[in-house]
Parts: sequence; C-alpha cells; structure tokens
Amino acid sequence: MKNIKTLISLLLVAAMMLASTAVLAEGALKIGVIGPFTGGAALYGLACKYGAQVAADEINAQGGLQIELLCEDDEHDAEKSVNAYNAVLDQGAQMIAGTTTTTPCLAVSAQAFEDRVFMLTPSASSAKVPEGKDNMYQVCFEDPAMGVFSAQIISENALATKVAVIYNNADDYSTGIYQNFKAKCEEVGLEIVSETTFTDETTDFSVQVTAAKDAGAELVFLPIYYTPASRILQTAKDMEYAPVFFGVDGMDGILALEGFDTSLAEGVILLTPFSADSTDERTVDFVAKYQAVSGGDIPNQFAADAYDAVYALYNASINAGIDGDTAAEDACEMLIAEFATLEYAGLTGDMTWTPDGKVSKMPNAYVIEGGSYVAFEG
Amino acid sequence: MVSFLRFLINGISLGSVYAIIALGYTMVYGIAKMLNFAHGDVIMVGAYIAYCSMQYLGMPAIVSVLAAMLVCTAMGIIIEGLAYRPLRSAPKLAVLITAIGVSYFLQNSALLIWSSNPKVFPSVFDVGAFRAFGGELMITSETILTIVANIVIMIALTTFTGKTKVGKAMRAVSEDRGAAQLMGINVNRTISITFAIGSALAAIAGVLLCSAYPTLQPTTGSMPGIKAFTAAVFGGIGSIPGAMIGGLMLGVIEILGKAYISTELGDAIVFAVLIIVLLFKPAGLLGKPVNEKV
Repeated sequence: MKNIKTLISLLLVAAMMLASTAVLAEGALKIGVIGPFTGGAALYGLACKYGAQVAADEINAQGGLQIELLCEDDEHDAEKSVNAYNAVLDQGAQMIAGTTTTTPCLAVSAQAFEDRVFMLTPSASSAKVPEGKDNMYQVCFEDPAMGVFSAQIISENALATKVAVIYNNADDYSTGIYQNFKAKCEEVGLEIVSETTFTDETTDFSVQVTAAKDAGAELVFLPIYYTPASRILQTAKDMEYAPVFFGVDGMDGILALEGFDTSLAEGVILLTPFSADSTDERTVDFVAKYQAVSGGDIPNQFAADAYDAVYALYNASINAGIDGDTAAEDACEMLIAEFATLEYAGLTGDMTWTPDGKVSKMPNAYVIEGGSYVAFEG
Repeated sequence: MVSFLRFLINGISLGSVYAIIALGYTMVYGIAKMLNFAHGDVIMVGAYIAYCSMQYLGMPAIVSVLAAMLVCTAMGIIIEGLAYRPLRSAPKLAVLITAIGVSYFLQNSALLIWSSNPKVFPSVFDVGAFRAFGGELMITSETILTIVANIVIMIALTTFTGKTKVGKAMRAVSEDRGAAQLMGINVNRTISITFAIGSALAAIAGVLLCSAYPTLQPTTGSMPGIKAFTAAVFGGIGSIPGAMIGGLMLGVIEILGKAYISTELGDAIVFAVLIIVLLFKPAGLLGKPVNEKV
C-alpha cells in the first residue's frame, strides 16, 4: 500500500515538472504584470494588462528574444499584491512591469528591494514609490511634476491670474499635485484665491464651486480623476459659472464616461502624456491593436504606460544582454546600470530616467473642442 | 445673505436625498428590528435598473422608475427570504453581519454586471429651475421633486402604518413579535411586506439620488447609505417623521459646515453633531426612549 502511494506521488511530481516546463516558453524573457484586474480599480489594472499584452504580441511577432507575461490580480490591495508578486516570482518572473496602483506598489516595491527584483511601474505615480529604492522605476510622471508643468503652462499662456483649486485630500495623487502646483504658482506669481477639498465619498460639490466663483477665480485647477471632475463641471454649469477648467492626466477619460454630456467639457484644458484621440500613426496602430485584445475598449493612459513599460524593459534587457536564463537578482543589477543611459521613444513621449527612478518626459497639453482632444496651442 | 440662502438650499437638497434613504432604513428597523445595511446597495441596484431601462431600452422616465421599483421589490423579498428569514431567531449580531454580507454581494454583483466604469445618470425630471433674487438664487427641479416626494412618502407611510390592516399588523409585529403571532398575525409575511415596501422606496431614492448627483457606479449607494443611517439615528430610528427631519438637518449641517468652517472637516462636523445630540437625547430627536424591563 505504502509503495503504491510513493509511486503515485512520484508520478505526480513528474507530471507537475513536465507541466511546468511545457507552460514556460523556452528561453523567453519572463515579465510579471501585477494590477487590479477585478474590483473597484479594475479599469486601471485591466488597461495595464491589455496594454502590456499589445507590446508583448508586437515583440513576439518580430522574432528574436521572446517575451512571456505572467499576470496576477491584486484587487488594489497591498497584501494581495505582495502575494501576487510572490506568485509571479514562483512562476519564474525575472522583472516586474507593475504594479498598477500606488498603495500596492509601495508594499511590493519594499519587498522587491529586499529580494533584488527590478520593477518598472507603468502608473504608480506617487513620489514615494521610487524613494530610497534603487531598483524601482516609473514610466508615468511623478505627481509633483504634473503640478509644476500645469502652473508653468497657465502662467506662460496667461490663462489666468486668479486661480482656484479643488482637490481630493483623501488621495495622495491629488494632494501631491496640488502642493507642487501651489509652490510653483507662488514662484511664477499666480494668485490662488480659493482652495477647497473633497473626498471619494463626497456627493455634493456646490460648496467647492461656489467658493471658487465667489472668489472670482478665472481658472479652476482640478488635479483629480475624471469622475468627480464631471460632477464639478455639471455643478458649475448649473451655477452659470464658466471659468477655464484645467486638469491633469486623471482628467483623461472624461469623454468616454458613459452618459456624460461632452458639451460640459468644452474648453477644458488637460495635460496628459497620451491621448487615444491623437492622429499620430503609432497611436492609431496601438488603439486598433488594443481594441482587438481588450474586446473593443478605448485605451487610456494606463494602457499606453504599460505598453511603454514592457518595451522599455525589453530594450534595456536586450542592451544589457539579459535573456530568459538570467537570474532575477542578476537581471536587477544589469537593468539598474542600463536604465541610467537608456533612451526610449515611447507612445507617451521620449523618455530617459534619473538614477532615483524618475522618468523625464514632456506631457502634451490638449484642449477639448467639439467632443475631442485638440493640441493646445496657447 | 444670498450666498447663505444658496448654501441652505443646497443643504436641503442634499438632506432630502438622505431623508428619503433614511425613510427606508427606519421603516425596516422600526418593524423588523434589524439594521438592513444592504439598503444603500439596493438603492444602487434601483438606480442601475432605471438607468438601463432609460438608456438601453428607451423607456420613458416614469416607466423606468416603476421598473426599478418592481425589480427592487422582488429583490427585497428574495433577500429577506433567503438571507434574513433563516436567522429570525438567531442573535442580532448574526443578522447584522449577514446584512453586511448581502451589501458586499450586491456591490460585487453590480461590478460584474455593470463594471466599475462610472456612468452619468441622465436628468430624469428636468423642467428647468426656479429662480429668485434676480437669478442669484436657483432651486433645481430635482430638489423640489425630492422634497415633494419625501413629504408624499412620509404621509403615505404614516397613513399606511396607522390605518390599514397590514400597517396595523406591522406595528403589532414591531411592538411584540411573539404576542402578534399569538394573535394570528403572520409575522413572516408581515416582515416580507416591510422589506418589499422598503426596497421599493430604495428604488425611488436611487433614482432621486442619481438625478441630483448623477454619477452612478457600484459604490454609489454606500456613503449616502451610511449618511442616511446616521440621519435615521439622528432623528430617532424607527420614527418616520424623525427620519425626514434627521435627513434634512444632516444635509444642511454638512453643507453649512463645509461652507463656513472647512471643506476638509465637513463630515467630521456632521458626526460631531450626531454625537452631541445622542449625548443629550440617546433615542434621537423624535425617538421614544425604551425602558428596559428587568
């Protein structure tokens, strides 16, 4: 009886080994992709997953070093994200294109710093993400940079002298942009006449909009996501208040909001590194491929950032001589050395990286006209 | 002065939405003696049903509201039958946890069906706005409608529980479930009817909530649900006029607090007022103090 059990377990072990070697493509570069594919933040995680998939498909179609993506769901939860990270490492991931959202990314990057695994997040934009970790890099702008760029553009184009800010004080992203915007405003001589806040649970925005209106603001800066922004635009219209509205990358997506009256967004200016409405050939091609992979969704900035993350990792790996057999720890040191000099012309702009993990690229300013993005010319 | 009036009206507008949700909470609590934490999520489902009937099936607003009420009523009866009825004699805590479970179940089902992408709810009853002070002060038709709906529902509920046979049965069940059963009242059926009415109210509340604040997503019902629960406690849970007064006061305090004290402390002010009221009147503004018999 005992012998039979031993025999069965041996057979099972053999079967498992066979199965696992069959799953992994021979010699392919294995990149872990972690993000919320289910739950409330699934919009962002799925965009990253599909964006990364488009990049991997393109690379694999070219021949040469192949890519295998190992995707795990973290439900935008720090603890589950660390589990997902361990799961992709167990499956042989050599580097991580992730994680999608900031809070999980802080937890995973702390672990990856210990383990010496290289991480390039498409979209976790908090300044805290790469802080103190030499192996953590970003594709997206850091939040502070968006605030500084916004103040610059407003002042250079003389869009206003009196500015109101409405931001989400329960959100690191929003607060980070606001603080740097404020600092830059003082420097360039823009007067902030009204500062009001809200949280994710806020239902009514009348107080915030009234404050901006009563203070005589000519421009309202909205360093927030598009859902609350859509409500602020509606509230302002109801109050017959028509300042210039200026948003950042979180505003991207407002036109795709189901049921949204796009005339409300007429004249809204936003800074974003990527717009699916752009007529640039590479963007058009990406949008078509993304729709095929995702079943018809329009890619947002997260998708483009993830696409760029996979390409940047791939290019850096080729340059550094990393292949499917390089250990994750070795790949980490080689990538750190490589990213110091890497130049990559991506969908979201021409990028280089500083040694502290921050990307340097220029955002594009768009203005919404007739329900689509038009390049902002000042 | 005009800006104060404007804030006051915004507060009443927000408060009347809280009030209409609180009516459902208080009704179910008053009769079934349980906190139905899934109430906020029934509201969300109601709003989605109305949204889908209008956007995808092209039904007129009134018909889609009726459709939402019908679906929510059925859902209320099913939830009560499947989740709460088997726990009728279980400890109160078990029922409370089940209600939280139902709330998560509804939210996650909505995520599966409608995805997390927010939708913008169309204006259902847009007949322009009422203006005063040379256009400075504006009251939207949604606000007026919500307040009118509140008053109608409050009067209807009070009459229903006071005059009709089923309503009297409800009050009997509320006062003493055992004695009511001995008198030949079908307790299970009475509680089912309570849930049916509560859920139909939730559907109306969902449509009114989303007409006034038009972002619809699977978490839409949670925060208004909690605020409305607070409003019900504030007014005295179990009391129908109390829910209405509690809701209105909560909305006004929230908006005035944000406008004149700080937008960051808006919610903190609301809950601080709640604590103070409960310190002096533990049963809420209109609640009847209950003497525990030993």
